[in-house]
Amino acid sequence: MKLGFKTVAPVLLGLLVSGCSSPQDLLAPHGYIAGKEAWLFWIVLAMGAVVFLGVEGLILFIALRDRRRKGDLAEPKQVYGNRSLEILWTAIPIGLVLILFGLTLGVMAAVAPPSPSAGDLTVQVVGHQWWWEFDYPSLGIVTANELHIPVGESVRVQLVSADVIHSFWVPQLAGKTDVIPGQTNLMWLQSNQTGTFDGQCAEFCGLQHAHMRFQVVVQSAQDFQTWVAAQQASPPAPQTDLEQQGYQIVIKGVCSGCHTVNGTTARGTIGPNLTHVFSRQTIAGGSIPIGQMSEWIEDPQGMLPGNDMVIHLSNDEITAVLAYLDTLK
Amino acid sequence: MSWLMTVDHKRIGLLYLSTGFVFFLVGGLEAMLIRMQLAQPNGTVLNPDLYDQIFTMHGTTMIFLAVMPLGVGFANYMIPLLIGARDVAFPKLNALSYWVFVLGGILMYSSFPLGGAPSDGWFSYAPLTERAFSPGSGIDFWILGILLLGLSTTIGSINFIVTIIQLRAPGMTFDRMPIFVWAFLVTSLIAVFALPSLTVAVLLLLLDRQLGTHFYNVGAGGNALLWQNLFWFFGHPEVYILILPAMGIVSEVVPVFSRKPLFGYRVVAYSSVAIGLLGFMVWAHHMFTTGLPAASLAVFSADSFAIGVPTGVKIFSWLATMWRGKLRLSTPLLFAIGFIALFVIGGITGIMLAVIPIDWQVEDSYFVVGHLHYVLFGGSVFGLTAGLYYWFPKMTGRILSEALGKLHFGLMFIGMNLVFMPFIVLGLLGMPRRIYTYSPDQGWSSLNLLASVGAFLIAISFLVLLWNFIRTMRRPAQGLADPWDAFTLEWKTSSPPAPYNFKEIPTVGGRRPLWDEKHPEQADWRAGQ
Repeated sequence: MKLGFKTVAPVLLGLLVSGCSSPQDLLAPHGYIAGKEAWLFWIVLAMGAVVFLGVEGLILFIALRDRRRKGDLAEPKQVYGNRSLEILWTAIPIGLVLILFGLTLGVMAAVAPPSPSAGDLTVQVVGHQWWWEFDYPSLGIVTANELHIPVGESVRVQLVSADVIHSFWVPQLAGKTDVIPGQTNLMWLQSNQTGTFDGQCAEFCGLQHAHMRFQVVVQSAQDFQTWVAAQQASPPAPQTDLEQQGYQIVIKGVCSGCHTVNGTTARGTIGPNLTHVFSRQTIAGGSIPIGQMSEWIEDPQGMLPGNDMVIHLSNDEITAVLAYLDTLK
Repeated sequence: MSWLMTVDHKRIGLLYLSTGFVFFLVGGLEAMLIRMQLAQPNGTVLNPDLYDQIFTMHGTTMIFLAVMPLGVGFANYMIPLLIGARDVAFPKLNALSYWVFVLGGILMYSSFPLGGAPSDGWFSYAPLTERAFSPGSGIDFWILGILLLGLSTTIGSINFIVTIIQLRAPGMTFDRMPIFVWAFLVTSLIAVFALPSLTVAVLLLLLDRQLGTHFYNVGAGGNALLWQNLFWFFGHPEVYILILPAMGIVSEVVPVFSRKPLFGYRVVAYSSVAIGLLGFMVWAHHMFTTGLPAASLAVFSADSFAIGVPTGVKIFSWLATMWRGKLRLSTPLLFAIGFIALFVIGGITGIMLAVIPIDWQVEDSYFVVGHLHYVLFGGSVFGLTAGLYYWFPKMTGRILSEALGKLHFGLMFIGMNLVFMPFIVLGLLGMPRRIYTYSPDQGWSSLNLLASVGAFLIAISFLVLLWNFIRTMRRPAQGLADPWDAFTLEWKTSSPPAPYNFKEIPTVGGRRPLWDEKHPEQADWRAGQ
């Protein structure tokens, strides 16, 4: 006796719906591309649901109606085929996939990048193991973890990799595009709503792939300009003794091997640019809140095993470093 | 021991089946570890390095060391019997292919204690697998294992192709050959044509890693996508290698337990060929997000849609076979019906993936993991399990317990939906593949927990199977030749068959020799078949 799908399905649906809310839910689109892709998904899902209910329903119906009754040993009528039926169930699927192919081409065209215009903002996304770098060449900005864009504008995105293949995916704004070493992949983003949208690397890239996250911060034109200005500002010189000590470690000491602070001799490129680190909401590949900077510096390997940050600072050194970093807003 | 030296296809078949089953259990254990780690956010069951080795070996084991060998095991045991032959064409090569498979499996698993297992996923994308990014020896073990397994499969495939073409009993034209034999002929042809691409791919990687060449080394002029093209040119036909034998089994079981001939035999046979051919033209649907030009993508999308048509045709043929039959809902048929029901879900999600803009969202997410498990578990594993319950009496002279079989089915059917339907939803909620953990704020926790519970149910279902097996084997064999009142030649032999299979090679006059013998008034030839 087979447990009917029709009994199990509503229970399952209930369980599924209860677990159904996520900042990366691609069916809750907030961007132009994601909107078109979600629309297409619902249509294809509807078609799939009809096929599903039809076929599964047929299976159940046959399994129940045509089961051998007790004591009935006679063999049924032997049927070998039916040309018309075979043609029908070849032609109808062909028709369905032609419709799907048409829809596919249509939405591909709808989400193709708009023709470039002079005022377009271009961002370069660099995928590193295991963090996202965001560069604004026309604005002289180099940052990480957060991609700020103005609302309502189409932003051109150039994807390059510093090492292995990654994939840039912010589900509520757009489908993903891979980030492949040796080539520059192009995509675009546009959101007509302000807000912060979560993204995550979607191509296995090594030990900390799970923590290679980012946010796209869609801002009003004014807020975006404010952010740009702050990112373009030079970092302040250290004032207090503690900040000076921190400066020594960060700029002249161990941190400078991997990190850059604009206008100083710290020119490392393995880790993110720290010039405005405390303007960001997250650190460590966008996966740790900025408020945990102290824990991160104390034990980066414990928090994200295998990542490239291997340092051992004393408690006093950590205090000093934090004091200096805190000025880098 | 005679088992070490045997060249009898029945013994080699049992060797493949038991070794494949052991690896299946190992792969299942790896799955349980993954599900334990992912049951909760910020899990600490496995550190990322171990997790990466486990998920890599889970995929590698299930595909190369479990599902493929299980299919070959049934093919080995049954094909000579199904076609009325005494053995395969090259019995010594047959033994060789088994032992090379064992060597490949042992080599791969020896990586665990010898520096770590491969940990870059079962499809091992370059340049992550280059020395610079994967300095340990795990990938080298993977490459050498793949080369050995490819050798085993190539030898075995050639053996089956020649056997099927040359050793069919008199009167058994291709048009009268059991569908399982058609399916395995196509499977073997696919293997022979697809494996060279994989062999080249891994050899180039080995050269890069060991001799300093730069095929995939982008900084030195190599190309990252070269790996993906070479791998998936093999990798996509590979999934048809995994599913066709299971479909073949379903095509044997459904008619017998419906008491009717397979509806549209020719169409089903040709659909297998169509799937084999079309399967070579879709590989870049694994690369829709790599930035290939839209025109190329469209071609691969079109062909991926096309391959859904012969697949759908098979499903309708099976349903039409059952239509107005007299269904004996015994365990083999339950698993065959389970195959059909679950494969439909796998197929629908597969068609969704062919819709490029949808794929751009769900590629590399748990949606794909859900899809692939519906076709590989709901499809291949359910189909192979149907074959197990169906052919067990022939191989051992005993019938597995019906009650335990039904319990196994129920637990496995419910369990697998509890795991893989949540995966489909998790993909839509933006959960990428191959992450060793996730945060509570990502909204994936309850579905992951549900999936882990489902995995537990699947595990229990296999304990039920093991118990059924042990209990049944403890009983004396009844040796019934034809317990299911079946149609094809294997049921003419004793259970288990004598070493020579048939006292006299039979002459065959139709697609269902035993049906014609037992039911002369309803024989196929009376209907002009």
